[in-house]
Order: sequence, then structure tokens, then C-alpha cells
Amino acid sequence: MELLRTEKLNVGYGRKIIIENVEISIAAGEILTLIGPNGSGKSTLLRSIAAQLKPLGGSVYIGGQRQDKLSERELSRHMSVMFTERLQTEMMNCREVVESGRYPYTGTLGFLSAHDNKCVEESMKLLHTEELAECDFTQISDGQRQRVMLSRAICQEPEILILDEPTSFLDERHKLELLSMLKMLAKERNIAVIMSLHEIDLAQKICDTAVCVKNGRITVCGTPEEVFTDENIRSLYDIVNGSFSVLYGSRELEAVKGKIEVFVIGGAGSGIPIYRRFQRMNIPFAAGVIHENDIDHPIAKLLASELITERSYEPISAEKIESAKKIINSCKEVICPCENFGTMNIGNKQLAEYAAKLGILKKSPCNFP
Amino acid sequence: MKRTLRYSLCIAVLSAMLVILFFLSICMGSAGNHSFGELIRLFSEGDPIICKIRLPRAAEAAILGGALSVSGYLLQSFFANPIAGPFVLGISSGAKLTVAIAMIFSLSRGIAMNSASMIAASFVGSLASMGMILLISRKIRNMSLLVVSGVMIGYICSAITELAVSFADESNIINLHNWSMGTFSAANNRELGVISITVGVSMILTFLLSKPLGAYRMGESYAENMGVNVKRFRIYLILLSSILSACVTAFAGPVSFVGIAVPHLVKSFFGTAKPIVIIPASFLGGAVFCLFSDLTARMLFAPSEISISTVTAIFGAPVVIWIMLRQKSRRKS
Repeated sequence: MELLRTEKLNVGYGRKIIIENVEISIAAGEILTLIGPNGSGKSTLLRSIAAQLKPLGGSVYIGGQRQDKLSERELSRHMSVMFTERLQTEMMNCREVVESGRYPYTGTLGFLSAHDNKCVEESMKLLHTEELAECDFTQISDGQRQRVMLSRAICQEPEILILDEPTSFLDERHKLELLSMLKMLAKERNIAVIMSLHEIDLAQKICDTAVCVKNGRITVCGTPEEVFTDENIRSLYDIVNGSFSVLYGSRELEAVKGKIEVFVIGGAGSGIPIYRRFQRMNIPFAAGVIHENDIDHPIAKLLASELITERSYEPISAEKIESAKKIINSCKEVICPCENFGTMNIGNKQLAEYAAKLGILKKSPCNFP
Repeated sequence: MKRTLRYSLCIAVLSAMLVILFFLSICMGSAGNHSFGELIRLFSEGDPIICKIRLPRAAEAAILGGALSVSGYLLQSFFANPIAGPFVLGISSGAKLTVAIAMIFSLSRGIAMNSASMIAASFVGSLASMGMILLISRKIRNMSLLVVSGVMIGYICSAITELAVSFADESNIINLHNWSMGTFSAANNRELGVISITVGVSMILTFLLSKPLGAYRMGESYAENMGVNVKRFRIYLILLSSILSACVTAFAGPVSFVGIAVPHLVKSFFGTAKPIVIIPASFLGGAVFCLFSDLTARMLFAPSEISISTVTAIFGAPVVIWIMLRQKSRRKS
């Protein structure tokens, strides 16, 4: 069921349009993430969807109704938000913060009914914030704070949850914790989640739909498989000094340029730590012979100054061995961390023996240079 | 449950203090102190000092004190600034200016102003200063700078008031001077009626705002998400806090620090900042504080009186310093 849809939506402040012609839609239980460089207007878009900014054109439909036709109260029962900025409260304990989520449901003076109290308790239990109930909101950690804010948002019983960079200020553990909670809310409570994320590696893992925002428009929009490709990410963030490995979700620094000094014979993951080490030491290296289906391959491709590859599942050809030997001849060292060689990469064993004959073979780059 | 008990206890303590101070204010004075028994006799005889001077004065001090404190609380919520208040933001001084001008103008034509027109003049001045502060607050996000601007506006208004007063007829000067320093000495029963109605209605309306005020504690964006019509709510807040402080300035002149100190003391005393508790509690607290200050102002150097702001400043200003120190240490931790 489609919960939210935008039609030719233009968003911005005053008269200045920041993103134009936004056409996105989200169904119950889905997670949609906005990714894109800083200042591309992700927050502006989120605020416009949440009716905190007036759209500068086009419209937002919530449950089939135009957002501006809904009253504040109706809107607040559909949608709950969580913003980036740190909340400064005065003498509010966490329970009070969560209780504020019941606002759209209480009467003139805001007294909580038994049902309201039940909702508060349930949402605090769901996100493990019960033990924080009596703590002052300003005195808890960032991770706890996000959990309390999420309890608040859930307690509002929204169909749509909007979050602006919920992972900022959080450490690795709490980032993962928060995202798994969001996933749980989407899949178990059937809530539609719309959020912006800085960490594309995490976005790739959590979203059902990814929307790339850049230069005032939506550049790409689709499933993570469609959106998270090397070229897309590279052009979305204008990455020049390094790269993002879509397959591994890892960020890599730029390959070292210059005359190749070392040859690394890798394979089966033994190469990656060595590639990274030379990268840190700022020493240009060549890698080979790596099969295209080897787990070392994606990183070798990004970090090695020269890479000799062999087609997947094929034995290393004599021709590849020759070109590897050519490089080895001009190297000061050859590193070979491998102990065992199988039928497919027996060629690498020959290379290691060749280097040993030259007297430049080493198991690890410890003493380099 | 524990919380409700604490609230009730605190309310009971404040109410008891209010009653005691109220009776003390009526019993004591430069025209002679009376025992409680004598008071009842004098009251039933309709003694003019008790019925026409002390009783309206005590009632006025209590009601206006409450109004001032609630006005301060509303401003603090509005600006999300713990040291905001009608006095420091220059709103009282703005009111003082317009009231002084209106008084001089009407007196020079031989017309005495009635209570309602005093409130109206004061309200206009409050709103004018409020408008200035709002304009400044759009440009300045920093809390302390906003307060500094408010204090400056206050100085400008006070300077113009003094200028106006110095051009007034000599016979008016003494009255105006006393009033512009802040005093409850001019209280009478006719005023009291107007004050009770204005403050009473404003207080009911303020109390009805306690739900959105609660939401507003989490900031504008979240309040909006909870379904508060923020624009409308902000206008209500401004109007109510202005009318409450205008009422005080019209009758008692500018009274300092009550608006900042009392809501804070009340919050610490009650251990909460929930508007639904703090609005009535601030009113009670303000009433107690002003009764106490007025009594001190009257009795300390009896028979001569000192201005009420002298007393409220001595007790109120340290509270402001304490608030700022506490905020600083909180932010560190």
C-alpha cells in the first residue's frame, strides 16, 4: 500500500528552490534513504515532506490526501519526525519526552489516558528505554538519546517515520543498533521509514529504495542494487581522491602513484592487509596474479598501481606469468603470504619460486624497506 | 503518584505562605500594627486604613506578582531562554514609557486616566518593545546577546521616560517618579476590580495553553510535528505575556526580577517544568514573592518606603546568577 507520494515537488526556502521535480513514493513497511553530498538539500526535502516547509511547487500526498489539506493534528497522527540537531530540554525526564509523542491524541489540557500510558510504556519497552524513564534527558548518552527520541516517535503511532541523519553523533555500535531498530519497526510494525543517511555503506544495507540527491535534483532512484554501483557513487559524491567499494561497502584511499617497488602475490584474502599496508606506507606496488572472483580482487583493483588478473575459475595462463615476471624483474621485493597453492593458482607458486631464485622473496612486508 | 504528592505538598506550602503573608500585610503598617483579633474588629467596622489602603494593596501585590511571574515564564518558553523576563527584555520599560507619556498627556489636559486606559497604554508599550525584541531575536540566535539587547531597549525607554517626566508639571512629578520606580502604594479598590478581571481572564487563557506549551518545550520543529499550529501559538504567547506584564506596569510600575527568579525557584521547588503544574505554581509563587517584597519595602525603614524593585532585585538577582552558573555546569557535564 502506497503511503506517501510526491508529485513534481519543488522544495526550498523562501523563493529559492533547492531541489526540483521530486517524484518519490513509499509503501508501508519500506525504508527509503536519501543519500547525497552535504548541502544537497536532503534535510530540506525531508522537512518539506514533513510539512515543516511549504513546498514551492507540486504536492505531497499522504495516504492519498494532499498534505496541505490535512490539519496539523491529522498530519501528526500520520507522521512522526526525528531531526539531527541535539535537543536542549529543561528539567524533562526521558519519560516526559516520550509522552510528548501522545500529544495528537490527548485532550485540551493534555492529560494522558490509560491507553496513552500503555502506548508510552510499550514504545519504551520496544526500544529498551524503560530504565531511562526517570533520567534527565540532557544527562544521557547520545545513543540513549536517539533511542528515547525513537520511542517518542513510535509512541505517536505514525504510519510514516521521517528521520534526518539519525546516525550522526553515534558510535559504530549505536549506529548498528539504531538501524536494526528501524528495520524492526519497518518490517514488524509496517511503518514506512524515510531518512537521510551519511553512511552510504549502511544505507546500502538497510534501504529498500535509495534516492540520490545532487545539484538540485534526484539523480538516481531505485533499489540498492540499481543505485549502489561504483560509477553512481563516484559521481554522486564526486569522489576523486579514493574510492568506494560497492561490493564490500568499504572506503579506500587513492592508489599510490609512482614507480612500482613491490610485487604482492595474494589470493583468498591474504593480499588485502598487505595492499593496505603498502598504501599506508605510501609505496607503489603491483598485485597478481589475482582471479577475478578472488576476494582480494575488488581491493587490489582499487589500490594496486598495476594488477594482473586471470579470468574466473581458469588456471593462470603462461602469458600472465610472463607479464608478472616482467614486473618482478624491476621490483626490490616480492611478498607472498600464501602457503598453499591449488591447481588453479599453481602459476603463483612458480612466481614465488622465481622470486626466491632472485633472492627477493618475503613472506610479509614487516621489514620493508 | 510520588510526583502528584510532591506537587500537592508544594502547592499547600505556597498557599499557606500566601495566606500568612496576606494577613501580615494587612496587620502591619506604618499606621500601627494590629493583632488578628483587632483586625477582624477593624474590618467589620470598615476601618479605612484596613479596607481602603492595606487590603487592596495586599491583594494587588499578590495578583500582580503572580501575573508578572507567569509573564516571565511565558517569555522564557517563547525564547527558550532561561533568563528572559519582562524586565530584562525591556518590555516593562516600554510599557512604562507609554504609560508615562499617556499620564503626562492626560494630566496636562486635566483628565485623570481610568484603569482600563492605563492598561491599554501599557499594553501598547509592551507590544512595541516586544516587537523590537522579536526583530532582534530573528537576527540574533544567542541567548545572552538577546538579553543584552533587551536591557539596552530597557535603558532607552527609561531614558525617554525620564526625559518626558522632567517636562511634566511639577505637581505630577512626585507621583510619576514614585510610580516609575515601582510601587504598590497607589492601590485602591476600583483598580483592584479591573486588575482581577484582566489577570483572571489572561490566566485562564494561559492555563489553556499549557498543552502546546509542553510541546513547545522540545523546540519548534517537534512542536510542529506534534500538531501545534506554531504560528498561532506564538502570537497567543506574545499577547498573553504582554497583557500580563502590561497590567503590572500600568499599576505598579516596572518591577524587576520577579519574572525570571520566581518561575525558576518554583521549577526547582516542584522538581518539574511541566507547564500544567508550573503555570499555577508560578502564579502562587509570584504572589508570595511580591507580598513578601512589598511588606519588606514598607516595613524595613518604616514609615518611609523603599521601591519594590529594590527588594525584588536583592532577592531576585542572585537567583539569576545561580541559574547561569547551573546552566554552565550542566553544559559541561
